[in-house]
Amino acid sequence: MSIETSNGHAAKDKGRWDSGVSAYRDMGYWDADYEPKSTDVLCAFRLTPQPGVDPIEAAAAVAGESSTATWTVVWTDRLTDHKRYQAKAYRCDPVPGNPEQFIAYIAYDIDLFEEGSIANLTSSIIGNVFGFKALKALRLEDMRIPVAYVKTFPGPPHGIVMEREYLNKFGRPILGATTKPKLGLSAKNYGRVVYEALRGGLDFTKDDENINSQPFMRWRDRFLFCMEGVNRAEAATGEVKGHYLNVTAATMEDMYERAEFAKEIGSVIIMMDLTVGFTAMSSMSKWARKNGVILHLHRAGHGTYTRQKSHGVSFRVIAKWCRLLGVDHIHAGTVVGKLEGDPNTTAGFYDILREDYIPANPLHGVFFDQDWCSLASVMPVASGGIHAGQMHQLIHLLGEDVILQFGGGTIGHPDGIAAGATANRVALEAMIMARNEGRDYLNEGPQILEDAAKGCKPLARALNIWKDISFNYESTDMPDVAVTPNY
Amino acid sequence: MRLTQGQFSYLPDLTDEQITKQVQYALDNGWAISIEYTDDPHPRNSYWEMHGLPMFDIKDAAGVMTEVRKAIEEHKDVYVKLLAYDARRGRQTTAISFIINRPANEPGFRLDRTVGKDRQITYTTHSYALDKPQGERYTAE
Repeated sequence: MSIETSNGHAAKDKGRWDSGVSAYRDMGYWDADYEPKSTDVLCAFRLTPQPGVDPIEAAAAVAGESSTATWTVVWTDRLTDHKRYQAKAYRCDPVPGNPEQFIAYIAYDIDLFEEGSIANLTSSIIGNVFGFKALKALRLEDMRIPVAYVKTFPGPPHGIVMEREYLNKFGRPILGATTKPKLGLSAKNYGRVVYEALRGGLDFTKDDENINSQPFMRWRDRFLFCMEGVNRAEAATGEVKGHYLNVTAATMEDMYERAEFAKEIGSVIIMMDLTVGFTAMSSMSKWARKNGVILHLHRAGHGTYTRQKSHGVSFRVIAKWCRLLGVDHIHAGTVVGKLEGDPNTTAGFYDILREDYIPANPLHGVFFDQDWCSLASVMPVASGGIHAGQMHQLIHLLGEDVILQFGGGTIGHPDGIAAGATANRVALEAMIMARNEGRDYLNEGPQILEDAAKGCKPLARALNIWKDISFNYESTDMPDVAVTPNY
Repeated sequence: MRLTQGQFSYLPDLTDEQITKQVQYALDNGWAISIEYTDDPHPRNSYWEMHGLPMFDIKDAAGVMTEVRKAIEEHKDVYVKLLAYDARRGRQTTAISFIINRPANEPGFRLDRTVGKDRQITYTTHSYALDKPQGERYTAE
């Protein structure tokens, strides 16, 4: 570790190529005058150096270890155009109100990364540096992907526009729910929940992240019963319906087998979990585009590294990686649901997934301009403790291109699952109509819902039950709560 | 049954005034309004018949509503929907879509099953209305 030498003596009179340990900043990994090229990958890291460690040297060390450097000088660097391959920390700002932390900006030449490979990009950028002894903590806050690199990725297999045309659903958010209880239902009972929710008015139902192929219900049986539910609901309503069949499995061979079967029996959509890894997700993305099946991603496990502000990788970076490798849906937060979610930060996530050009916006936690250059957009999914009574807030905060998943608010309805679904659909349509009419729907929201409920008993009951309770923790979706399992 | 395609099918049928407000919303966004009708409301029937071309050049809601009323009158026995197109780059697709007229009797769909091997079932959504020839599908007996 050369950081210790940064304030010290050993390195003082040392030449760039003298053997031994040099400060990273003296080896070219810090360049305050560097002007980032339009083809560079840019990163913003939140650094918390150990006491006494110079932040600029810490920034240079991160640049070094995430590109060409090792802990000591190596003469073999001189066989290369090393200046090109060295990442350059070019800016290091103190974080206002937090004297321990700094934001370091680092530029990486595009040649450092393999085309179209999130695995390679992440192995470089977050491969080694997060364990640095000289840093107390490190967080990758944001990343600017240059257009030249964006264009080497496939992006979402379908994207928002194609999905809407495929489903024939326009002008309103899409409605979904996760089947509950998530574990233990037999295949036939599970399919019953799918049928009831879809015929009641939802567009989609969903497997939960941990429903794969367990002893109480094997995947093939679940797929067959779910498709019976989906098809019956289509005939009952005349609408396209779907159930996200989770193909997450132990191996790619298993995932492909499940995906192929889902396609064969006519499912419009499959899903996978973030836990399968970037390469597996990229493979499924390729499969989904080839086979015309919408691909949903559940961000299972992300809370382990996105939640802490001081250490890990921000979800806005995960969102960028997932848009690049290509998923059609991704869970991105609710703001008003049971999970923490600052409205501004969440707005930043949604912009990154849906917009074509996202300007830097510190208020939203977005550090860099990002140009996606027509890469298809990803439908964000809001799931976790939301209910019909919040419809005005949800539409105000999350907009129209979003999937609202009311798990508890559908399945927990006292008059049954179909009634719960109808309540949500009526609330949604009434609110969209009011919004389009130019009403101040955010402030008039409760009144709009009450008026709609006059013609819809299930909505009246839903509003009555959940009006004073913020959330039903037992029966809602839980995408990113870190629960320690009991075995 | 009640066909629930479109963005407002779970609400009571829209009044003339309510349709006008949605038209105004579309015009305010710079979207061209279009009217389509069908006697084949299968969920995957992407191509309802066009009641003329999209109204690219009509800029006031009253003008659009004249066409809307004419279309409903002409096709009162079948499904009629109003759409608006957003031509901006990155969208270039339908922005709103809702039913503005439906037949008095909606017979709905039957689900046909063909049982195959390994418990696989092939499903077909069969529209009862399609059992009659075009033009007679929703007319009163």
